[in-house]
Amino acid sequence: MDLAGLIAFNVVTGIAMLCLITIGLGVIYGMMRIINLAHGELMMLGAFTCVIATEAGINIWISIFVLSPLVVGIIGLVLERTIIRFLYGRILDTMLATWGISIGLTGLIVTIFGNNVRTLANPAPSFGIGEYSTSLYGLVVVAVAVGALGSLFALLRFTKFGLILRATMERPGMAAALGIKPDTVYMATFALGSALAGMAGAVLAPISGVSPVMGVAYITRAFITVLGGGAAIVTGTGLASMLFGTIDELVSFKASPVIGSVAMLMTAVVLIRILPTGITGRFLRRSL
Amino acid sequence: MTSHSLGRFLDQYRGAGSFLSVCLLLILVMFGLPLFVSTFGLLQVTILAVMSIFALSQGFVWGFAGIMSFGQAGFLGLGAYAYAVAVINYGDSTLAVPISIILSMLFAAVMGYFMFYGRISDAYVGVITLTVSVILFQLINSTSGSQYRIGVVELGGFNGIPAIPPLNLIGDPSRPLDQTGIWYATMGGLLLVYGLLRFILMSRFGRVVVAIRENETRAQLIGYDPRLFKLLAFVTGAGIAGLAGCLYVNWAGYISPGVFALTMSAQAIIFVLVGGLGTLLGPILGAVLIQWLINTIGDQGAVDPGLGLGIILVAFVLLFPKGIVPLVRAAIQQVLTWRKRNVGSPLLADADPLQSGAE
Repeated sequence: MDLAGLIAFNVVTGIAMLCLITIGLGVIYGMMRIINLAHGELMMLGAFTCVIATEAGINIWISIFVLSPLVVGIIGLVLERTIIRFLYGRILDTMLATWGISIGLTGLIVTIFGNNVRTLANPAPSFGIGEYSTSLYGLVVVAVAVGALGSLFALLRFTKFGLILRATMERPGMAAALGIKPDTVYMATFALGSALAGMAGAVLAPISGVSPVMGVAYITRAFITVLGGGAAIVTGTGLASMLFGTIDELVSFKASPVIGSVAMLMTAVVLIRILPTGITGRFLRRSL
Repeated sequence: MTSHSLGRFLDQYRGAGSFLSVCLLLILVMFGLPLFVSTFGLLQVTILAVMSIFALSQGFVWGFAGIMSFGQAGFLGLGAYAYAVAVINYGDSTLAVPISIILSMLFAAVMGYFMFYGRISDAYVGVITLTVSVILFQLINSTSGSQYRIGVVELGGFNGIPAIPPLNLIGDPSRPLDQTGIWYATMGGLLLVYGLLRFILMSRFGRVVVAIRENETRAQLIGYDPRLFKLLAFVTGAGIAGLAGCLYVNWAGYISPGVFALTMSAQAIIFVLVGGLGTLLGPILGAVLIQWLINTIGDQGAVDPGLGLGIILVAFVLLFPKGIVPLVRAAIQQVLTWRKRNVGSPLLADADPLQSGAE
């Protein structure tokens, strides 16, 4: 019974982690049709910002929820202005360019900080499920994931800004005719996606450890989830995270985390063979 | 012979001419270099040749078949590990070489079936190939411990497999190749792959593959199945990458999961992009140039090579998306036209494109 409780807790945490890893990528892909291969590195930058800020004596929660999104959002903004904006409409070229950014950022951080792992003290106490003990930080991850998905949904659904975003993504020409600058909207979207990635990297930093090459571990999971989810950002990310997170955690528990990743990939490949446009490409098409 | 068919004949002749001159150059380098370079120097040049083969596999799959394979290192790694496991188990490299090629091809066939018969978009092909190669990396990385063994070989996790015997004369394990022998084998492999790809591109199969890259719907309407041709092209590229992996092990003498790493796939992409997409000479030149650059940056040690690679990749995507070889080719053509216009009648030169267009 205790074990079942622990596994359930881990599954829920796993799903939440997957949501967090994916959401920044999902915003950029879902809104702009840009596959951002530098997503993992943006998360890495978020984690680094958090580590450096806490080492400088700043409160960890402020680092995670204010500094990391802010810094990485600005970096995303700069990248969009200097590189990405010249490549809109050329999906393969944006993949190549963002891959270049990803390699370059890793190289830059290795050059500055060296290729070693740093740790961030876990700010939450542990608690017991019967005879097992686990960290309360999992609950923080769940809360942040739910909060992030919820506020993104609210932003897109209920605000003027969300309306402008959705309109621009659907018909850039028509939106421009009505007086909206698509260029500015793309810029804001990319910065928003980057900021979400930065926050996710910072939130997961106490669990994952922080190193310049940590991004690679995230991108595979994020991509699998975005591909499986399909076009709708919030619903797609949510549903795909539930599916893949459950499979990942259960298989990881039975075998090992690596086999868990393999199982996740297999599921994704089969899923894409059946539903080439992802879950929300077929079902719940009009969702957000 | 009308002037038009003469032009076509000359075009073909020029194609054959460039093919022969590249072959001649490769043969000259192959036999000439050992006369001038020490064994250590040869060791450093051998890796350039290995990377050239790897670049050709990427160049064919991406440049001619239009498949965005972002995980070509997966096949390089499979070939490398397959050779290592087979050669240690058999104690003879005669079978190990074809095994390394065939295993990569089989894996690509399974992967390609799901991708191409699932009819997923180009960008998704990129994501899936990338993901698969990363997961292969993680999988091999986690195989430390004596329970992970194939035959007598322990896979060794992130430490990899040490002391892998080099190629030997066919069917005679008692006569392994020395460093110079490996150089000849690698350059021979490069020549063979270059010739094979040239032959494929001239053949009907190659023409269909290129036609599908140009316009998939039209090719399908003519009656070719794009799924099948893409799959075959993908499998061919994987086989070449497998061969490159096998030669890589011979160069290094050991193997570690690093061959599966994402930077390896990125390098192949950069080789092709820098050298020139849609050419065969380009990937070879790109591989030599960039690999040399990586070695130089790596030697001085202050800056991580990744930083330079990333900047090169972004710069080429933004500024020279066609790569060096097509750029140089266009420049030469421009100079030639310019000279022709100045020497001959300007009217005739202007009329030429119209003439060929009318037929």
